[in-house]
Amino acid sequence: MTPTLETPMESLKANEPAWLAQRRAAGLEQFKSLPMPTARDEAWRFASVGKLEIDDYNPAEAPAEATLDALSERSNLVTERAGRMVYVDDVPADFECIHHELTEKGVIYLPIAEAIEQHPELLERYFLKESTELGSKKFFGLHAASAKAGSLLYVPRGVEIDAPFVNYYWTSGSRSAVFPHTLIIAEENTKVSVVDVLFSETDQNEALNVSVSNIHAGPNAHVFRKVVQDWNHRTVSFQLDTTVAERDAQVKNVAVNIGASRARYESQTRIDGPGADVKMYSLTVAEENQEFDQRTHQTHNAPNSVSDLLYKNALLSNARTIFSGLIQVAEGAQGTDAYQTNRNLLLDPTAEANALPGLEILANDVRCSHGATTGNVDEAELFYMMQRGIPRRVALQLMVFGFFEEVIDKIDSDELADNLRKLIHRKFDSRLKSF
Amino acid sequence: MNTLEVRNLTVSIEGETILKNFSLTIPKGEVHALMGPNGTGKSTLAKVMAGHEDYTVESGEVLLEGVNVLGKEPDEIAHAGLFLAFQYPLEIPGVSIANFIRAARAARLPEGEAINAVEFYKELYEKMDALKMDRKFTARSLNEGFSGGEKKRCEILQMSMLEPRLCVMDETDSGLDIDALKIVSDGVNLMRGPDRSFLVITHYQRLLDYIVPDVVHVMYDGQIIRSGDAELAKELESKGYDWIKEAHEAATAGV
Ligand SMILES: Nc1ncnc2c1ncn2[C@@H]1O[C@H](COP(=O)(O)OP(=O)(O)O)[C@@H](O)[C@H]1O
Ligand SMILES: [Mg+2]
Repeated sequence: MTPTLETPMESLKANEPAWLAQRRAAGLEQFKSLPMPTARDEAWRFASVGKLEIDDYNPAEAPAEATLDALSERSNLVTERAGRMVYVDDVPADFECIHHELTEKGVIYLPIAEAIEQHPELLERYFLKESTELGSKKFFGLHAASAKAGSLLYVPRGVEIDAPFVNYYWTSGSRSAVFPHTLIIAEENTKVSVVDVLFSETDQNEALNVSVSNIHAGPNAHVFRKVVQDWNHRTVSFQLDTTVAERDAQVKNVAVNIGASRARYESQTRIDGPGADVKMYSLTVAEENQEFDQRTHQTHNAPNSVSDLLYKNALLSNARTIFSGLIQVAEGAQGTDAYQTNRNLLLDPTAEANALPGLEILANDVRCSHGATTGNVDEAELFYMMQRGIPRRVALQLMVFGFFEEVIDKIDSDELADNLRKLIHRKFDSRLKSF
Repeated sequence: MNTLEVRNLTVSIEGETILKNFSLTIPKGEVHALMGPNGTGKSTLAKVMAGHEDYTVESGEVLLEGVNVLGKEPDEIAHAGLFLAFQYPLEIPGVSIANFIRAARAARLPEGEAINAVEFYKELYEKMDALKMDRKFTARSLNEGFSGGEKKRCEILQMSMLEPRLCVMDETDSGLDIDALKIVSDGVNLMRGPDRSFLVITHYQRLLDYIVPDVVHVMYDGQIIRSGDAELAKELESKGYDWIKEAHEAATAGV
C-alpha cells in the first residue's frame, strides 16, 4: 500500500474541527484494518478482485493554472444551471456561485472545504456520516480520510430550484487519486437537481477515483441526481452513493456509466419515511476489457413507499458487467412497492453479463418484483432494419440507443440527453466499425 | 429492362424445399399480384429477394434491374431499389419512426452529405397526413404497441419515404379494415409510375379491387401455376383455391 494514501494530508488536518479530524482518523483506520476484498466475499462475487489494485496512486499535485482553465472551459454538458463547480485532481478550478436570490432564501452551495469552515454544525451532522453497506467500507474509509474536493448543496424548507447544480470532477495528473464528495441536503417541500460529471483530461492519464455522494431527502423533498461517469480506460473507479428518503420524499437517481477500466458502483437507498418514492436508473456501455461492477440496495424501513430500479447494460468485446441488487423490506413496511430490473444486451458473444437479483422481505403486504434478462441482438430486428438500407453497424447502434432510450428518457433535459447520446456515440462508433 | 427477373429459383430451409424452380418477370412500371394459399412460399420468396440469410438458395437467380442480388447484404439490396413491406413488421424499442426513416435516408446519401431536417419533417408529415397517421407517431418507438393496421400503414409510410424501384408488399392487407385498406391503397396508387414496379402478395382478392394489378399470378407449392389479368383474381375469389389446386394436380398427374 502506498504510504502517501495512508497519510492524511497536513493541510486537511491543520484547520479542521475536532469532529472531522476524528472521522478522518477513523476512516484511515478503517481503510488500513479492513482487508482487501477477495473473490470469496459475497459482496464481491463475480468481481475480478485480483485485478483491483490501488497502490502507487498519489494524492494529486496541484495542476497548472492553464489546465484548470482549459478543463473549466470543457465543463459544458449543461448550459442552464443554478451553479457550477469544477475540480481538477481535487483542486478547485472554477466556482460559479449561486444567484443572490437563492442565497437570500438560505440556499447554500459551496465547495466542501469552505462549507466545513462556514457551516460546521451542518457538516458535523451530515458529512461522512453515511457509509456504504455494499462491500466497499474499506474504500469509504480512504475517502473519509482524504476527501477535500466536493460540494455541499443545502436547500432549506420550501425552496424549489428548477435549474440543476453541476459538479465536474476531472483527473489530470499522473496516477492521481481523487476523492470527490457530493452532499445534498434537501429539507421539507423542496425541489432540487444535481449533475455530477466525472471526466479525465486525456485518454492516457491514469487515476484512482473513490467518490461518495450522499442524498438526504427530507419530507416531500424532490431530489433529482444524475451522475455521468466517463473516465478514460486507465481509471479505477469506486462510486459509493447513498440516498436517505424521509416521508413522501421523491428521489430520482440516474447513473450513466461509460468509462473506467474497472468501475465499482454501489448505490444504496434507504427509505425511512412512509410514502417516499425513489427511482434508481442506470445505463452502462461496456466494451473492450472494461468491468462494471454494480451493487444496489433498496431498503424499505417505512410503509407505503415505492422504489423502482432499472439498470441497463450494453456489452461489447470482452467487457464484463455485474449487477447485484437486493430489495429489503423491513417488518413494519407494509404496502411497499419495490421493483428491480436488470437488462443486458450482448453485442458480442465474448462479453459477459452477471446478474444477482435478490429479495429479502419481512412484511406480508407488499408488491415486489425482480428480474434480470440477458439477450443477444435480435437477428430478425436487424434484418428488418437492414432491409431499409441501414448498414449493420448503424442498425446495431440504433438498437443500442433504442435499448438505452428508456433510461435516457428519464434525464428530463434535452441538452444533457443529447450530450450523453454524443458521449455514447463516440464510444460506440469506433467499436462498431468492426461489425 | 425488366425491373425484376426471378429465374428458376429453388430455395430450401432446414432441408425442406420451399421454392421450386420458381420464375417471375416484372417489367418496368407494372403491378403484379402474387396470390396463393398459406404456406405456399410467398413470404419466403420476398425474404430471399431481400437478402435474408436463413434460406439456402439451391439454384437460380434474382435480377433486380439486371443485376443479381443473391448473396448481397440486405442493405445493399435495399440500396439497389428493393423495398419489402413486411407481413409481420418488427418492433424496435426506443427507435422512433422519424429517426429510423432518417437513418434509412441518410444511408442513401453520399459520404459527407446531411439530411435537411426541416424538409425531411415536412415531407414526413405530408405523407403521414395522406395515410391518416397521427403526427404524434413520429416520436413513438417503431411499431412498438402498434395495432396490426398501424404497423401496415407504417410500412407504407416507410415505402413512400424511401422511393424504391421495386415495392414488394407482403400481405399488406391483413389486419386492415376496409377504410384503412382504401387509405393504404390510395397511398400505393400515388406511388405508381412508369419507373416503379410492384409485387403485391396477398391471400385475398379484396386488395386488388383497390390496387388493380396488370398481371395476377397464382402460386402453389413453391411455383407459379397460373398467370392472367385482374380477372383471374376475381375468378379465384369466387371459385376458391381448391379449384386451382385441383386443376394443377390434375394437370401434373397427367404428366
Ligand atoms: N424459418 C423457417 N423455418 C422453417 N420453415 C419455414 C421457415 N419459413 C418458412 N418455412 C416454411 O416454408 C413454407 C412456406 O412459408 P411461407 O413462405 O411463409 O408461405 P406463405 O407466405 O405463402 O404463407 C411453410 O411450410 C413454412 O412452414
Ligand atoms: Mg406469408
